[in-house]
Amino acid sequence: MERIPILRMGQFLLVTIQVDMHDRLAVQLQDDLTEKISECSSRGVLIDISTLEIVDSFIGRMLANIAAMARVLDAETVVVGMQPAVAITLVELGMSLSGVRTALNVETGMELLYELRGDFNSEMGG
Amino acid sequence: MSKLPEMINKHHEEIRADWLKQMSTAVRRADLISNEELESQSRELMDAIASGARSGELTNLDGPAWGQARDTLGAISTSRAKQGFSTSETATFVLSLKQPIFNAVRRENPSDPAALFDDIWKSTQLIDKLALITADAFQASREKFIARQQEELMELSTPVVKLWDGILALPIIGTLDSARTQVVMESLLQAVVQTNSRVAIIDITGVPTVDTLVAQHLLKTITAARLMGADCIISGVRPQIAQTIVHLGIDLAGVITKAKLSDAFALALQRTGQVVTKVNGDNAGKRTLLRREE
Repeated sequence: MERIPILRMGQFLLVTIQVDMHDRLAVQLQDDLTEKISECSSRGVLIDISTLEIVDSFIGRMLANIAAMARVLDAETVVVGMQPAVAITLVELGMSLSGVRTALNVETGMELLYELRGDFNSEMGG
Repeated sequence: MSKLPEMINKHHEEIRADWLKQMSTAVRRADLISNEELESQSRELMDAIASGARSGELTNLDGPAWGQARDTLGAISTSRAKQGFSTSETATFVLSLKQPIFNAVRRENPSDPAALFDDIWKSTQLIDKLALITADAFQASREKFIARQQEELMELSTPVVKLWDGILALPIIGTLDSARTQVVMESLLQAVVQTNSRVAIIDITGVPTVDTLVAQHLLKTITAARLMGADCIISGVRPQIAQTIVHLGIDLAGVITKAKLSDAFALALQRTGQVVTKVNGDNAGKRTLLRREE
């Protein structure tokens, strides 16, 4: 069974979606991610969807759900690299993902995660 | 069998000469079209009519025999639409052919009133149909022209400009309808990706009115930009528009609005962690320096 890898980076988790997202995969990711957050007591999740070109309401809802679940587990979620076409589709579907933080790319997404955790300077300062 | 087709073929040179004379006294736009061009156009059309008439069919002009006449009229109408002729002037070009043909018909039938009337009626029908074809072609080419201009206007009116490192501005001029929102949204999102911008300023100084639909379109654009990780600031909200927004009960909560583009720019600089300061010394107040906040 194919899976989306979840990488641990210190106190954060990094998820890069590089395959076409289908419903089973999305549910699997949801399961794996929640498990991993509690296992590593992560403080933040970064989901990179820059290669995702097609999105439907289910995937949109899944992203919102993951963010909500992560928040319950005390982790912030940042979705990065959304394609213009995907953004337009989600808006047309009426999904604003209001609970999800967004950033342009992985770099700014990481900055945002550090900022959200309030220890941006200490982390960057080493 | 009417003698009209035969007559047109036989006398078409005289008819044409008569027609040119007719046109020089009737509507004649010497400022728009040269004598030579008029001459060649009339020759072309008269030849086409003569060849159409040779088929003997004078009432139905949809057949292949009249194809050349239809094409010629289409070409003439298109060129006249471009030259700036009015619809009636273009139609008159064909309609002024009536009298010369009537004259020729009268010369052919000096002593037979019944045949004369018959031929006149047939030629009237023929010329009217030709005039209608002309008017249709004229209208069609005008409409094509307008459609192209609209397209150009659409592209011209949605520029996305880069104001500063990581800051985009999108001055919207004109009313926002669904079609334009689509263009605005696409060009903004594309620019966000290309320039890696974190803040986009949507300036609505040039939007005449904001109603619920326009507001909804704006919110859609802002949401899409947010999904990509760029914050939007709306600027250029005029006092009347602020009043309208409140009266209509439009909810702009969660959207940052500023009265002026400069206010929005100041906020955008702050958001991206940049400051613009004056340089002290000789050029104080004239030059500014960008410094990245540590």
